[in-house]
Amino acid sequence: MKALALHLALIGALLAVQVVLPPYHYTNVARVMVLAVYAMGYNIAFGYTGLLSLGHALFFAAGMYATGLAVHSAPALLALPLGMLAGAAMALAVGLLALRTAGVAFMIVTLMFAQAGYLTILYYGPVTGGDEGFVLAREARMLAGLDLSADGPRYLTALAIFGVALLANLALVRSGFGRVMVAMRENEERSRMLGYDPFRTKLIALTLSGLYSGTAGAAYALMFGYVGASFAAIQYSILPLLWVLLGGAGTVLGPFFGALLMFYLIDLSSSVTDASNLVVGVALLVLVLFAPKGILGTIRERGARWLP
Amino acid sequence: MKPQMINATPSRRSVLKGLTAGGALAVGGFPGFLQAQSSAPIKLGFQLHRTGIGAAYGRWYERTTQAALKRLNEAGGINGRPVEVIFEDDGTDPKRGSEVVEKLASQHGCDAIFGPLFSHVVIGSAPRAGELKVPYLVCSEGFHVASGMLNRWTLQPGITDVRAQVTAMAPWVTQTLGKKVTMVFPDYAFGHDHRDFFTAAVEAQGGEVIAQLAIPPTETSFTRYFPRIPAETEVLYHVMVGPAVLTFVKELGEFYGSGEKPQIFGFIDSLEAVDLASPGLEFLEGTHFWEGQCRTQQPDATEAEIAYRAAVGVDANGASVADPKDISTYSHMFSCWETLFILKAGMEAAGYQSTADRKKLVEAIEAMTTMSAGTEHPQGDKRFNGKTHQVFGHQFISRVEGGKLIRVHTTSLEDGMYDDMVDYTTQSF
Amino acid sequence: MAAVLALTAVGLSLVFGVMRVVNVAHGEFFMLGAVAAWFVTSWMPGPPWLGFVATLLLAPLAVAAVAALADRLVLKRLNYDPEATIVATIGLLYILQQAALSLYGPDARPVPAPFELRLQLPWFGYSGYKLFVVAAAGLVLLAVWLIMTRSRIGLVMRATQIDRPTAQAFGIDVDRVYAGVFAMGAGLAAIAAVLIVPIQQAHYLMGGDPLLLSFIVVIIGGLGSLRGTLVAALLIGLSDGVISVFYAPTLAKILATLFVALVLVFRPQGLFGAKA
Repeated sequence: MKALALHLALIGALLAVQVVLPPYHYTNVARVMVLAVYAMGYNIAFGYTGLLSLGHALFFAAGMYATGLAVHSAPALLALPLGMLAGAAMALAVGLLALRTAGVAFMIVTLMFAQAGYLTILYYGPVTGGDEGFVLAREARMLAGLDLSADGPRYLTALAIFGVALLANLALVRSGFGRVMVAMRENEERSRMLGYDPFRTKLIALTLSGLYSGTAGAAYALMFGYVGASFAAIQYSILPLLWVLLGGAGTVLGPFFGALLMFYLIDLSSSVTDASNLVVGVALLVLVLFAPKGILGTIRERGARWLP
Repeated sequence: MKPQMINATPSRRSVLKGLTAGGALAVGGFPGFLQAQSSAPIKLGFQLHRTGIGAAYGRWYERTTQAALKRLNEAGGINGRPVEVIFEDDGTDPKRGSEVVEKLASQHGCDAIFGPLFSHVVIGSAPRAGELKVPYLVCSEGFHVASGMLNRWTLQPGITDVRAQVTAMAPWVTQTLGKKVTMVFPDYAFGHDHRDFFTAAVEAQGGEVIAQLAIPPTETSFTRYFPRIPAETEVLYHVMVGPAVLTFVKELGEFYGSGEKPQIFGFIDSLEAVDLASPGLEFLEGTHFWEGQCRTQQPDATEAEIAYRAAVGVDANGASVADPKDISTYSHMFSCWETLFILKAGMEAAGYQSTADRKKLVEAIEAMTTMSAGTEHPQGDKRFNGKTHQVFGHQFISRVEGGKLIRVHTTSLEDGMYDDMVDYTTQSF
Repeated sequence: MAAVLALTAVGLSLVFGVMRVVNVAHGEFFMLGAVAAWFVTSWMPGPPWLGFVATLLLAPLAVAAVAALADRLVLKRLNYDPEATIVATIGLLYILQQAALSLYGPDARPVPAPFELRLQLPWFGYSGYKLFVVAAAGLVLLAVWLIMTRSRIGLVMRATQIDRPTAQAFGIDVDRVYAGVFAMGAGLAAIAAVLIVPIQQAHYLMGGDPLLLSFIVVIIGGLGSLRGTLVAALLIGLSDGVISVFYAPTLAKILATLFVALVLVFRPQGLFGAKA
């Protein structure tokens, strides 16, 4: 109950805060919410099920391109779920093959699939715009009458998607299946002996993770009007890993706070120094040395054991 | 669309703005407020590739802009107001690029934004500039502006686009070097622009592109692609970008060596910020390059160009005066200088006062036609097409002689022109 | 290319094999080696070969020192926890990249080859230096193999790899072994970079490709298996080349990448790794 109240409070706070947010932060918090959905998806695979993937950009990009290309000829209301499904379907396909491996091999296989996906986007340049990508016309970004190129509707849409994703995530980890996922992470052999099918569990977790990633990619395309290959590059597979670790792997709220903190870390450091990468690098080292469980993970360890 | 459309509905933000303005009125009174408006500096945002793949260009784009800014302020600024440029790093990444546009426009309150080079950053950022209704002047040479892909707020008045550059090269290449051309280009959008437009232009000149070698963007070694160049090739046309370009040129040299080789014509993009006297590049002697502006100072260089060189701190070889090994990106960076002066001309023509006049600024730039060579346009005269938001300038072909680039041909403005593909002036703001 | 790839990959494989650490910053050590080569050769008077020899000695040592420092300051404190070290090495990657950008600059800079020799065949030319690189890489690999199999140091390393607590019980200073292995892995990457840099150029973003490739090589070859790493390096180098004869180069890359992924899926232990 306490947990549900806390998550609802966050959504409420994000709803309330928009009245006072200055314009710059207004857009960026909306962006962070969408990226947090991506990070939550990553967390389902990595934080809860223990699947360390370096190929999630493929799922994000699948959602982004499916929606971005579909919206040329279909309404956004149809293109958005299409992108979500594309992310899930891509994750399912990758999972069927990649989940035959584990550990570091799984990491590399997902990386390779994502790299192949990235090159495919470049190869079909006439369709995808190659490395340059393409912009979505303003008319194409009308979601059921909401103009997503305007700040207000964009923020509210982001919040709606984020809110649903957050509560669904909470429900997932508190369900029986959520506990089986964690069991896979902690001890696969033992869960197998208890009668759970590891492959099936992991495949479902990865597909859900892909659904989240695809949703984030699709929403990003509609909200910010740009689809490009850089979102399929390896960097965008590493980023959700960082956000999740920063916020706390295996916590529901961690991905959001990780993404939020990381964004402002880069944003603020770039105004202080030219060497913004240095700040990020040092921050990561400090974090991993002194708070290896991430923000929420550390809080959970220090007393708030009820945090999901 | 009606002009008052921008603030037609009282959004959350305009209400806030109204409150602040009301507060200012209450405190300082109306005349004081006006006064503050007219003498405060004009703020321009510069979207800079300080880190990431574009960093070699970014550094020179910053230096050129600083030099131009100094010149501009010494001459009295814009409309008598001093000018300030705020540089913000975009990491050469489209996502960060769009955030930077936002930051410059909303947080710093910049009057206009300019400066990005890499096409994917421009395309990723332009939608946001359009939404924020801030003039966005790119220095990218991409065909994305004139192709009609972007919006009313995005313009490219400082540098000729790649389609025009490539088209202008074809007559001279086919008539002087040979008619059977093999092209080597990177397998992504920039390379595809070269492939499509040069192939068409060569055919229009009665020549023929006999082979097209697309190199994967992640490649670091090229030797195994060269045997695919047909033996009957008369002209080898190469354009590569990225950190591996020097490898490409060197390996090409190893491949041909002292043996028989076709005429070689390349785009200087491959060797921007690279010393032509680098070891392994000797075989480039006698080959030809496209240049946007001649890196090596020519005997007939104009006074304006010599002054520009001195102001930016570039010597007669195109290197930094502080470090002769630090080579500039001379064929591209002039666009920053010229774009800043176009902003000045546009703002003065529009009677620009505050961000409320941004629309007038865009219209003033759209109304521009000829730009004459001089201090404000050291690269040469140009013609601006207000409908396509694209400028057309002269292009140069230079031959490598003794490690220096000697100009052998200058194209006319008409050589690069093509039919309009868009009329941005009919689009709403 | 395959020879240098093998060298880089062996470094990564060593680190992973002995320490169970996935070193994401490995490519940056490669980059550091190349950048160091540029500094040494441009400050060294005398003929290019002298500068090259100096580089070959100094650059790997310098890079190894950086790596040992990173191990002591960061990795050791993390107890070599797999996930934490990934994050830490990503942090290291950012720091090293920024350091190179700030101190060395964004340009790709050439380093002169120790000698210029072109083999002119009737239809095309080939660089003599490239053949030298293959030979030199082969020699270094041989030395690594000898150290690992014939020397006491190698014995200690292998003992630590197989059973850390037991090794400790036998009085092996595991911390020192780890620092040594991490430094040696980085040093190998640096040697590879010094050899390759006269062919390519030193650039602050150059670490990405070798990292990706050597990851693949290490996995395909079987984790921690030197012999497997070598064969895999050759295989990857060749498969990429062979496929690109038949298809458009980019399509060839896609197919080669998928091929590698599928090898992994169906032989997760790699081609030469022991059955798990």
